[in-house]
Amino acid sequence: MKLTLKIWRQKNAQAKGRMETYQIDQIDGDMSFLEMLDVLNDQLIATGIEPVVFDHDCREGICGSCSLQINGEPHGPDRFVTTCQLHMRKFNDGDTIVIEPFRAKAFPVVKDLMVDRSAFDRIQQAGGYISVNTSGNTIDANSIPIQKDDADNAFNAATCIGCGACVAACKNASAMLFTSAKVSQFALLPQGQVEATRRVLNMVEQMDKEGFGNCTNTGACEIECPKGISLENIARMNREFLTAQLKG
Amino acid sequence: MGLLTSSIARKVAMALSGLFLVVFLGQHFVINLTSVIAPNTFNSFSHFMGTNALVQLLLQPILIFGVVFHFIMGFVLELKNRSARSVRYVAYKGGASASWASRNMIISGAVILAFLGLHFYDFWIPEMIHKYVESHPEDPTRYYAETVHKFENPVRVGLYVLSFVLLAVHLWHGFSSSFQSVGFNNKYSKALQGFTKVYAVGIPLGFIIIALYHHLNPIAH
Repeated sequence: MKLTLKIWRQKNAQAKGRMETYQIDQIDGDMSFLEMLDVLNDQLIATGIEPVVFDHDCREGICGSCSLQINGEPHGPDRFVTTCQLHMRKFNDGDTIVIEPFRAKAFPVVKDLMVDRSAFDRIQQAGGYISVNTSGNTIDANSIPIQKDDADNAFNAATCIGCGACVAACKNASAMLFTSAKVSQFALLPQGQVEATRRVLNMVEQMDKEGFGNCTNTGACEIECPKGISLENIARMNREFLTAQLKG
Repeated sequence: MGLLTSSIARKVAMALSGLFLVVFLGQHFVINLTSVIAPNTFNSFSHFMGTNALVQLLLQPILIFGVVFHFIMGFVLELKNRSARSVRYVAYKGGASASWASRNMIISGAVILAFLGLHFYDFWIPEMIHKYVESHPEDPTRYYAETVHKFENPVRVGLYVLSFVLLAVHLWHGFSSSFQSVGFNNKYSKALQGFTKVYAVGIPLGFIIIALYHHLNPIAH
């Protein structure tokens, strides 16, 4: 497969970036998208050009490290897959592929296609946890009966890998799907009730401080999420937030 | 965290003001419908709405506040959202994951705002001058003829039709979206969404039919 790649190149966070065009040949359909970029980088290094920087780690679709806006969509044209699980057979010989970093003021570009997503860490730190006494009298979580629906919904929310595709897909660069998944995974379980009020208030406050946009319910985040995190979580977070506000 | 300083509070405020306007739109449609099927009833309703102290001094200011709030908040949110992505994508395939209506509420909203300007120029301002500036004696039978007269101009009717098409687009996303914003997303949401879509198309279509009826009805002229 022969491809034309239009890739965002940016020297550092302060530099002005631009799109660069590269030709690449002999790409196998069974390669992953990141393997294709590895081949490109080998080619660039061989010709004395600095390789393209991009985030990646597990390459199994579970760590949330890989990102990339591919032909206008986060993680590319496939559904329910991360960039590392996107295969080149989804493209055709002769295609032009536009590759950009996830764009949001809260996700500043570090270099080329790598962005700083630590805003998500700070939202998580603001309340995405439960405080459990671990000094010897820890109660087994399974000793508390939980309704199947609640357990399933909490688990589904917890499958969010924090990749940031929701922000990248949203026309407003809103982080509500991520934040709501992290709120929901605790809000649905009895262990999360103790800190529920301050959790949702603090996490939403931190989300706003980071400079993400406002949710307008377009639903793009849900469609583009590689883990299929549902918009129901945003509605749940809104309820949790309103309840917390009323409680003061 | 104060009122409207949080993104969720702003979102809920937009939803509640939108729902209020949707209810107002429904009652406006019912009154307009009587202009087609029962002109005398239309005159009675219009006379009541135009002279009742509760409507004029309480509901009308609340309505104007609701409209102004919804528009100002809509534009403020649009500006904030644009600033949340200061560097735009070279390629952005928004249509792959979200409807045109949901992505362009600011466009449909701006057209509706322009329409409201025309609507106020056509009806509200003359009415205020008639009642409160020139202080004409009240004639409960004048409303039907005045309304029908406004629809003689084909350009005005064309602008009304275009505006109501954009209103349908705005409601197509906005009405159902407002329930999600206030946290209502459960097993009843699918049925509710069906109702909102029927309302979003049906009410603006009804307004269009009424405008065209008065424009084309030779008896009324």
